[in-house]
Amino acid sequence: MGKTVNIKPPLKREDLEPLEIGDKVLISGEIYTARDTAHKRLIELLDKKEVLPFDISGQIIYYVGPTPAPPGRPIGAAGPTTSYRMDTYAPRLMEVGLKGMIGKGPRSPEVIEAMKKWGCVYFGATGGAGALLSQAIKSAEIVAFEDLGPEAIRRLKVENFPTILINDLRGNDLYQEGVKKYRRG
Amino acid sequence: MRSIPFTTIKEKIKEACIEANHVLGEDVLEGLRRAKEEEDSPLGREILDQLIENARIAREERIPLCQDTGLAVFFVELGDQVTIEGGLLPEAINEGVREGYRDGFLRKSACHPFSRKNTGDNTPAIIHYQLVPGEQLKITFCAKGGGSENMSRATMLRPADGIEGVENFVVNRVWESQANPCPPVVVGVGIGGTIERATFLAKKSLLTPIGQENPDPELAKIEKRLLKKINDLGIGPAGLGGRTTALDVHIMMEPCHIASLPVAVNLNCHSSRHREIIF
Repeated sequence: MGKTVNIKPPLKREDLEPLEIGDKVLISGEIYTARDTAHKRLIELLDKKEVLPFDISGQIIYYVGPTPAPPGRPIGAAGPTTSYRMDTYAPRLMEVGLKGMIGKGPRSPEVIEAMKKWGCVYFGATGGAGALLSQAIKSAEIVAFEDLGPEAIRRLKVENFPTILINDLRGNDLYQEGVKKYRRG
Repeated sequence: MRSIPFTTIKEKIKEACIEANHVLGEDVLEGLRRAKEEEDSPLGREILDQLIENARIAREERIPLCQDTGLAVFFVELGDQVTIEGGLLPEAINEGVREGYRDGFLRKSACHPFSRKNTGDNTPAIIHYQLVPGEQLKITFCAKGGGSENMSRATMLRPADGIEGVENFVVNRVWESQANPCPPVVVGVGIGGTIERATFLAKKSLLTPIGQENPDPELAKIEKRLLKKINDLGIGPAGLGGRTTALDVHIMMEPCHIASLPVAVNLNCHSSRHREIIF
């Protein structure tokens, strides 16, 4: 099993160099949420050469659409959604400075190639552990696209948010390596 | 004739939506615990621990098990001697969903297919009706998540493909899904009927408790063989590699056309959420 690493955005390529697939990466500080429609809108803004609603440089995007916050809590359940749906958009965001993505499920070869090129990594959070993962989220505020409801972009303050490194800067893939080890027949 | 008030149905539906999303079924929990004992991968065991802990937090702190609280799917068995007093049954169900998803702080995940505009209240519910003899009304609610639904498929095999063709289709489907449907998954298989009937059977089979053997000995044998083949894929908990790719496989089968062999695979994530209400 990998080493345990603590990271805090904003991140530079050098911060990501030591990370290896299988590392337990605990993320603290501020991260941003976005899923399908929010990604589409971000790309439309880039196409129109407009500014993004937050400075994406060095940041991490978490693919999540949380449940509404019950009274007295910053957020409801907040586990990862399936990442391949964001594959169309991810390389474009890396070009403008995105350094990390949190989600679940394998990425396309194009996205893995883009991660090597632009210096970005992919963290896996446990799918279906939305109640558990919400415990690491200390605050949440909407920063853009409020009309999208659960899909709005939120800024989350997290403390030791637990992830596992799936894709590093060298094109390695924990999903492929892990499954190879346990496949029979 | 027996009369059931509209509001009684609405209230019970509301309660079921909230409970199913907060309290994991004992059969699923037991399946996760058993999987942990049999899991070879240390990382896999850790993920299974997280899922067991997630269920505890959800239950005790009243946070939904998963942020994807699903589209609301219902299986209704309506006795022919039952009348609904004060409104229509589909309206009672949809109103229960509206109130349950609002008051239970559940995510509203229903939207327009093209504009993606959210309907705002998680309706319309998807309701399957079956008319049965008697004075009883049974409604089963499932919270069906998008991640596992997206990995589901139906196909029309040639009759010559037989059992082997069916098994290959099911195993390939799980293999191609990898980590996406949140393994360990529950695999629902529908065989026979027509294309939509096979898909319906696959979804209905997901209501079977984990660990329950098929009453048809031939299907029970196929289920057992499929479970082994699927767990030999090595996908494991969260898709990170391991022994536990599926908690169980359930098959439902009906006669089909002499020209066809319809098969559908409906996957469910480990957060297999359903509640049965008997009126």
